Amino acid sequence: MTYKIFLMLFFSLISLLAFAQKKIDMADTMRSNGKIYVVVAIILTIFAGLIFYLIRIDRKITKIEKNQL
Amino acid sequence: MNKWWWKILCICLLVYTFIAGLLMDVPRIPILNETVRNLYFHVCMWFAMMILFTISVVHAVKYLSTNNLKFDILSRQYAVVGIVFGLLGYATGAIWASYTWVDPNQAASASFGAIAREPKLIGAAIALLIYFAYLVLRDSINDLDKKARISAVYNIFAFAFLFPSIWIIPRLLPSLHPGGIGTEGNPALEFKDLAPNMRWVFYPAIIGWTLLGVWIASLKVRLKFLKEKTLFAQ
Repeated sequence: MTYKIFLMLFFSLISLLAFAQKKIDMADTMRSNGKIYVVVAIILTIFAGLIFYLIRIDRKITKIEKNQL
Repeated sequence: MNKWWWKILCICLLVYTFIAGLLMDVPRIPILNETVRNLYFHVCMWFAMMILFTISVVHAVKYLSTNNLKFDILSRQYAVVGIVFGLLGYATGAIWASYTWVDPNQAASASFGAIAREPKLIGAAIALLIYFAYLVLRDSINDLDKKARISAVYNIFAFAFLFPSIWIIPRLLPSLHPGGIGTEGNPALEFKDLAPNMRWVFYPAIIGWTLLGVWIASLKVRLKFLKEKTLFAQ
């Protein structure tokens, strides 16, 4: 009998431990419904635009450098 | 475009940073929650700033030993891009702190009073202001050689001052920012503190952001060289 009570207490405490670990909030919903990919896509689009602009400036400078020599 | 490969590397690393930085698993830490991902962005700004300032001071020393004005231009442009990254680091830090350091049980003004006293913030502000003064000092001198020499010497002073203001003093005082008393050591490089899977994104992110800074600085340097050439040709 004491053995059973001990087991019961043990497992209820284990579940408490798991509960305590789950309390930290993360953006789990955003990940599970895939909306996080929208954020990634938008950041990548902005980044692509900026890099495209940077490459164009780089090319222009190269052109001017070549004309000067 | 001379030498393509490192620019492509920069783009690849940053694309990887954005994708893996937002999608990969991070440890669940109270208070920080999902904002721990800012490690790939906010902290990398300061790393890039530090590396760009180091490149700048190396060119300043080279100028002093050779008196070649080419190194003065290089030193100045790397310093400016370093300042831009420092400002971005400061701005991102302000946003991050306003969500993680603010005490919800106190009035916003009381929390602000505590945050504004942060040694890391004050130190970073001093370091950036010293670099602003570098630009002011440069532009106030008309003679080219004098300008180059004085600003090279000042650059070395400004670089030397980075160490007490952002590396040493914030570590000696109690601070909310990692690295102060209570969380001793380098918060980003300490191997026991940084989760192993975050390192897979963090180190490439540092290289990517730094290369982006170097790229922008190299464009500015090349433009300045062209300007000088046309000036001397006239």
